[in-house]
Amino acid sequence: MRLYFKYLNIHLKSQMQYRASFWLMSVGQFFIPFMVFGGLYLMFDRFGQLQGWSFFEVALCFAVIHLSFSLSECFARGFDAFSSLVGRGDFDRLLVRPRSTALQVLGSKFEFTRIGRLLQSSFVLVWSLANLPAVWTFPKLLTLALMIANGVFIFTGIFILAATFCFWTIQALEVANVFTDGGREMAQYPLNIYEKWVTRFFTFIIPFGCVSYLPLMYLLDKREGSELLPMLFTLGGALFLVPCLLIWRFGVRHYRSTGS
Amino acid sequence: MSRNKDWIRLEGIGKSFKVATRTAGLKEAAKALFVRKHTVVEALKDISFSIGEGEIVGYIGPNGAGKSTTIKIMSGILVPDGGSCSVMGYTPWKDRTDYVRHIGVVFGQRSQLWWDVPVLDSFELLRDIYKIPDAKYKQNVAMLTDMLDLEKILQMPVRQLSLGQRMRCEIAASLLHSPKLLFLDEPTIGLDAVSKLAVRNFIKTLNKEQGVTVILTTHDMSDIEALASRLLMIGKGALLYDGSLEELRGRFGTGRTVTVDYRGDSGPIDIQGATLMDWTQERAVYSFDTEQIVLADIVSRLSEKVEIVDIAVTSKDLDEMIVELYEEHQI
Repeated sequence: MRLYFKYLNIHLKSQMQYRASFWLMSVGQFFIPFMVFGGLYLMFDRFGQLQGWSFFEVALCFAVIHLSFSLSECFARGFDAFSSLVGRGDFDRLLVRPRSTALQVLGSKFEFTRIGRLLQSSFVLVWSLANLPAVWTFPKLLTLALMIANGVFIFTGIFILAATFCFWTIQALEVANVFTDGGREMAQYPLNIYEKWVTRFFTFIIPFGCVSYLPLMYLLDKREGSELLPMLFTLGGALFLVPCLLIWRFGVRHYRSTGS
Repeated sequence: MSRNKDWIRLEGIGKSFKVATRTAGLKEAAKALFVRKHTVVEALKDISFSIGEGEIVGYIGPNGAGKSTTIKIMSGILVPDGGSCSVMGYTPWKDRTDYVRHIGVVFGQRSQLWWDVPVLDSFELLRDIYKIPDAKYKQNVAMLTDMLDLEKILQMPVRQLSLGQRMRCEIAASLLHSPKLLFLDEPTIGLDAVSKLAVRNFIKTLNKEQGVTVILTTHDMSDIEALASRLLMIGKGALLYDGSLEELRGRFGTGRTVTVDYRGDSGPIDIQGATLMDWTQERAVYSFDTEQIVLADIVSRLSEKVEIVDIAVTSKDLDEMIVELYEEHQI
């Protein structure tokens, strides 16, 4: 973990060499989800509500997913940009160092410009929370924090899966974007508005439902129950990382036997 | 110098790759999306050799001969299909993280330094990656700074360094954790004469003073001449030559060229056992084989007719010998 912060530090120093580009990118990253959110706002302005969900409730869901996404894009960018690392042949370098490959890939790249997106999502989070007084209890806020953290784990897991594909085919598979960008777009709304199979897919295969929809129902008093259960649900995100890391190890083994 | 002759030992190492074949043309490219044809390329066939502790070994061969595959297997990156390999008692691909603490690797074509930050920052990150104790780290940085003359460039970002400066830093970076074995993959590629000599001198000193074993791949035969006491040559995945440079010289080195500057009037003089290459007003060039005729005979025959002013004898250089060796094995 200490090493991870050292990596973070050196990348931050590098990034600061290009200040202008950093600020421009960050501002751009601020406005991209801003547009999406604008759309959301206009839609509610027109229709009032979405299958029983109010604007601020959906905004909370939106904020959780977008916070998770921007955090994982910032801190797990190494996996997201892994195809270029393999393409340059730099993965060999990681293999001659006495540390785990996953940690080194994680440390190979950070995308600090996502701070723009992060800020925008934080605004939405604060705004929606300010209008949802029911959430202001300690267990609920803790659950909220867990939702965001585990959301990061899910996105990171998908990045890892996509990176693993690079061991077989050098071109980054656009397929993976279906799950990262697609997943983000889907999960920013409460999942019950979709068809059953979509909900199931995003609960049991890629457990976005565990970090947004299911605990959200509890946060907003749409479902009664113990306080512990929704917290446990969110851990589905961390659980998702386990098979991802196993598949990653399998990919590394494949690379080391084929060298391609 | 060599304390343990089997410090590195490879036995029957083999490795083959599947390579996708594709023919030109759009139609073929589209077909390749669905059906891939593979051919199996044997990169290494039954490679065996031993290297003793403290040796400097030059590992040579034409492009695609299997040099880097061997290096990758020995450094734990690749797992071979068969055979055994033991380095300092480790099996490289099995005990990867334990093993790589003891080796340093320099890929001449690829950087291990972080591009936008001062060299020293890269060193510090490497200190954390290798968990080098503080005292040892300081001692090593001081030593490497002194030996490689890095004083002025440690605070500069890597992107501002010249190729020669960068290479010196790369080599220093791979030695921070005091490895006992150093792999150098084309360390002098693209360097100017001064940097080349600096790098060579450093490698020599490192080997002599610290006893670091060095395995060097290069296409520059003067690297080998300056550094390596032993030569391994690989071609088409097989080991073709393993021996000292002197032996190789002995094998090919009986050919000589003699250039004679003379004064006097004479037409071309034929000498039995030597071949006349060139004859001008003041200069004659013969090539000969020391097993056929000795130099003294040529000189005495010439001095019967002309007055000899100067004589220069050259033997075949290493590059020519290597080319001949390649030809001999048809690679």
